[in-house]
Amino acid sequence: MAAKTFAEKALARAAGRTAVTAGEVVDVRPDVVLSHDNTAAIAQIFASLGVRRVWDPDRIVIVLDHAVPPPTPQHAQNHAEIRRFVQAQGLRHFYEVGRGICHQVVSEEALVLPGQVILGADSHTTHYGWMGAFGAGVGRSEVAALWATGELWLRVPDSMRIVLRGRLPFGVTTKDLCLKVLGDLGADGGLYLSVEFHGPALREWSLESRMVIPNMMAEFGVKNAYLPPDDAVFDWLAERLARRTGRPIPECRDRISAGALYPDPGARYVAEHTVDLDRLEPLVACPHDVDQVRPLREVAGTPIDYAFIGTCTNGRIEDIAAAVEVLRGRRVAPGVRLLVIPASQVVLQEAIRRGYLATLVEAGAIIGVPGCGPCMGNHMGIPAPGEVVITSMNRNYRGRMGPRDVGIYLASPAVVAASAVTGVITDPREVVG
Amino acid sequence: MTVVRGRVWKYGDNVSTDLIFPGQYTYTLRDPDEMARHVLENLDPRFAQEVRPGDIIVAGRNWGCGSSREQAVTALKHAGVSAIIAKSFARIYFRNAINNGLLPVICPAAVEAIQAGETVEIDLRTWIVRCAAGEFPFAPLSPTVLEILQAGGLIPLLRQKLGVALPEERP
Repeated sequence: MAAKTFAEKALARAAGRTAVTAGEVVDVRPDVVLSHDNTAAIAQIFASLGVRRVWDPDRIVIVLDHAVPPPTPQHAQNHAEIRRFVQAQGLRHFYEVGRGICHQVVSEEALVLPGQVILGADSHTTHYGWMGAFGAGVGRSEVAALWATGELWLRVPDSMRIVLRGRLPFGVTTKDLCLKVLGDLGADGGLYLSVEFHGPALREWSLESRMVIPNMMAEFGVKNAYLPPDDAVFDWLAERLARRTGRPIPECRDRISAGALYPDPGARYVAEHTVDLDRLEPLVACPHDVDQVRPLREVAGTPIDYAFIGTCTNGRIEDIAAAVEVLRGRRVAPGVRLLVIPASQVVLQEAIRRGYLATLVEAGAIIGVPGCGPCMGNHMGIPAPGEVVITSMNRNYRGRMGPRDVGIYLASPAVVAASAVTGVITDPREVVG
Repeated sequence: MTVVRGRVWKYGDNVSTDLIFPGQYTYTLRDPDEMARHVLENLDPRFAQEVRPGDIIVAGRNWGCGSSREQAVTALKHAGVSAIIAKSFARIYFRNAINNGLLPVICPAAVEAIQAGETVEIDLRTWIVRCAAGEFPFAPLSPTVLEILQAGGLIPLLRQKLGVALPEERP
């Protein structure tokens, strides 16, 4: 049989076929279908189909995260409608306000496993590539159709390979790697593609550092992203799957690793790029496009009003730890606000346990409820018109955080923290140094 | 849907869903008319006031990048837009457009040639965009996509199919 890419293998499995080839349109039966605060709107579409019961209540996951806790009666009403739907359909995988951001929660609960397919009504569903799963964002109508039939058409994407050489220098993160890819190849550089990352450095990175990559690849236009899963991935998921299901860890681990998929040598890639990690430096995406990427040193000194650390891209304990390292014994600059929102309750608990919250609060940071926060301009820290924001989030399009004339800079959490301390965009190595 | 004709609104590259339909409305606005009143307000405040039924949007690369929010399609559709011709579409936006019966056409050469305000024609029999500057062919849409578009979207199509497959409502 011809050599296959990850996407070809994952979609063949989900389509119940022995093999599929890039370019084919196939009907896929995903393992998991994800939605969030948009579930009420999806339920409305679902109701119009005249189907009373969802196709498989155990494959549906709903996490309330986009506007939590609800800022207005309308948002609260939206959540109330979702709870009624969840109850009426008997859905078990429902996570309440405050549990965390959907992609973090689904990962922490091991609801998706390597080699599986997850389709979600959220653009950052590419996230699950961190564990070698096929994650793709879809629309609300598509989720309604999936609830009814369990099936959706997908075009098997062509694949791009990004080969990582060497190691990241001190103070340079996987966020910088993502910004490098976006800056060099453009916001549409991965359009419609499955992008695979390969290289020895991947195995050396923490899982949290890896999660940043497929998450941020949503900004590259890709259908899905993939990192080859290793023992660290299997161990992490096995522990969590065992906790959720009550099955023994070794049994869970065997099941997880047995599902993992790897591309064949000689598989067909439409493009291949190499990134020399040794030569990477801290980068920043400047207003108002994710691919307006410049070296941090070139934009250093730009005054900021507001700094935000969080989101599904960079709101994990490693990210908060990086901020804490910069903020310990220092204060947020006068006139600047720093908002920190842990990606989940689990992250929040760990931050409490490690004493990070105390340090952050002493430094003058505001702590938010686990969830998406102000990332899409809903609530909990909207900047004023004309303000400048630096953030660990994933996109900086005009109007993203609400007002259209807010300038949003994207960077790694340490850069955001250092900028909050000085009031201007700053290299954390100069603050901590 | 064989020939689509309309007046052109022209925009640039990387127009995100945040510009087409701001995130702050995503969980509160569900009335189509109200959604249409806010469409593109961050990019072109004139649009919502002056758009006419049948108008066509002509855009650069990566139209609809960013969030998966489907209202970035449905709000335009309710505002009367009949088609979008772009150099390329963000992939979720492309799917959302098809799934809501809003015709997406990928034709970079036509985008270069078309001027704002002119009236253009999209011929789905010959797969050609006609404008003042000439005729520009584009790649035919796949049968899967055409079937959905012709049904008026994924949900109308599914209703037809379920109506056949499920004569009685399941218990």
